[in-house]
Amino acid sequence: MSMTSLLTFTPWPAVSAVILLILLVAALYLSRDTAHQAIHGAADVLSRGLRVASHSVIRAQERLAMRNRDVLLAAGREAKERIVEREFARVADTVRKDLAGYPDMHRRLSEAIQRIEQDQEKAVEVPPEAPGWAKAVKVVADLDARNAGAEILADIHKSMVKAHVAAMDDYRKASSQRHTLLRRMMPDWRLIQETLGRVSKAVESVITRSLAIDRHMEQYEAIVRGEDRAVSILSSSSIVYFFVSALVLAVATAGTAVNFTLIARPMAEMVGGTNFIGAYRTADIAALVIIMVEISMGLFLMESLRITRLFPVIGALTDKMRVRMMITTFAILLLMATIEAGLAYMREVLLSDELATSALLRGDNSDSLVNAHLWITTAAQMGMGFVLPFALVFVAIPLETFVHSLRTVVGLTGIAVLQVLALILRLLGNGCRHLGALAQRLYDLPLFVPLWIEGRMRVAAAQEVANAQEART
Amino acid sequence: MKRHLLLLAVTIAMAGCAPSAPRNTGVYLLVDTSGTYNRQVHKAEQIILYALSRLQSSDSIAVACINTGSFTEKDIIAKTTFDDRPSTANKQKRAFASRVEKFVDQSTSAPYTDITGGLLQAIEFLNEKHTAHKTILILSDMKEDLAKGYVRNIPLDFRGFDVVALNVIKLRTDNFDPREYLARLDEWRAKVEKGGGHWRVINDIDRLDGLL
Repeated sequence: MSMTSLLTFTPWPAVSAVILLILLVAALYLSRDTAHQAIHGAADVLSRGLRVASHSVIRAQERLAMRNRDVLLAAGREAKERIVEREFARVADTVRKDLAGYPDMHRRLSEAIQRIEQDQEKAVEVPPEAPGWAKAVKVVADLDARNAGAEILADIHKSMVKAHVAAMDDYRKASSQRHTLLRRMMPDWRLIQETLGRVSKAVESVITRSLAIDRHMEQYEAIVRGEDRAVSILSSSSIVYFFVSALVLAVATAGTAVNFTLIARPMAEMVGGTNFIGAYRTADIAALVIIMVEISMGLFLMESLRITRLFPVIGALTDKMRVRMMITTFAILLLMATIEAGLAYMREVLLSDELATSALLRGDNSDSLVNAHLWITTAAQMGMGFVLPFALVFVAIPLETFVHSLRTVVGLTGIAVLQVLALILRLLGNGCRHLGALAQRLYDLPLFVPLWIEGRMRVAAAQEVANAQEART
Repeated sequence: MKRHLLLLAVTIAMAGCAPSAPRNTGVYLLVDTSGTYNRQVHKAEQIILYALSRLQSSDSIAVACINTGSFTEKDIIAKTTFDDRPSTANKQKRAFASRVEKFVDQSTSAPYTDITGGLLQAIEFLNEKHTAHKTILILSDMKEDLAKGYVRNIPLDFRGFDVVALNVIKLRTDNFDPREYLARLDEWRAKVEKGGGHWRVINDIDRLDGLL
């Protein structure tokens, strides 16, 4: 039924429209309570649903945060254990290197001290004094001069002078001997000084290391206690490690691409240029496989050297087995690098051949113009082919950091996403509630006339009741 | 769940190991040596060199001449399928170019023009090669002139073929009445398209970009 036909149930469309409007308003007014309940119910259901969803997301975010915290603490604990282990190894090295010869050093020190003591004992021996003539001289001097004391005194004087000269000679000799002994002590003093200096340096080094160990142990304890500050530091470090390792991995990927370019073309000579596996050329896949094998060998080499710890099985191998593995992986790498150098040379040969053929097909007779410096690019390509596999070995280090930090970064990203989602759900829930209220108001908008009448009637009824109560009182 | 995963893995493995569809190209060049068109034969060398420069390993190429009776292998001047290895393919290209050069130098004029026979031979050759893309190049004025006794009003199956008429020169009579020229080309177009093929005409052989 169209609008036009609706307006024709009276001869006057305007009247029809007014009647229809009144009927519509009446219908809306009569169903107002039900409509309000329906709107309120729908808005409430939506709002509650969204709030429940928001709470669930918040709980999921909390669980994820807890898990991320555990992961961070575990990673931090492991890293600190490694650092402390390394510091202890350094202390052990210092002790082994500097203090291993302690018994020998002690013996030498004792000998030097003993020598010094002996020399000192010898040095303190005082030279004999001149005989004690003084009293005898006094007695003789007191005698009468006539008793020929002067002659005696002269003899005594003579003897004394002689004795004094002898005593002085002895004294000089003794002093000279003492000086010689003291001179002999000098090397021993120096030896003692040097030895003690070395000991002091070693001890200082150990003290410095022990201070570092103390610091790391404090941090380790903070991690074990699960302190928020430790988690915060670990989290920020993890993000930094993630970006740095991602950057290095990007550089390594570029190196891999260069490596791939070097060997993809000559690989076509080995496995055919037109075979496909799926949508990819077999030659390209073969070149990629070679590079992947090189990277894998690099990973195993790094694991064998215990520089990285991606595979606990390799780390747990016996030292003998690890050394064997190291030698094997290095030999394979060397072989691969040699093959790559050969392929890089082959690439240059193939390029020259292709250029010559293209020139022939173009009718270009300038093939006689041979570049005399072509050997430089050939050598450079061969060098790159040989060096790149070894350079790719070091990808293992950023890869390990990337893998370890990825867990944390993904966790942090997940937490952020869940937080935003929870906020959006909460906002939507509140929005639904307010939209329900708005819809009720909008419903009432065309009903302003009956609502106004209802309001007036209610006031009148209230007035009537009030009057009746007043009359009763 | 495990079964589904296993099934998925097997499907992916089989898809990966399944022999892939051919991606190679087959080119068959028909060179008209009849009458006055024999003077245009040197242009064939230019087209062949261009084709050789575009073709890759595993592609096939053949060059045949159109003369009195062209539905025969004897008219094939040179044919080859390039080796899988690029270096060998380059050698083959050089050898092919050398053979074509020799043909161009020694080409003689034929009294009749059996284009349909040449096309039949081309279809047979390229179908045998099972190439993914099949292209027949015709260097001719497209004026068929059959000797007595040759039956050529047979339907041709051009499904999957690109037929390119190159350097279709105008004959003296075409100058008097261009409709003859246009009717000739329309007739060939109709014949090729009726057979399920795709028809093109390139008259400027200095602009062969996009030919292969």
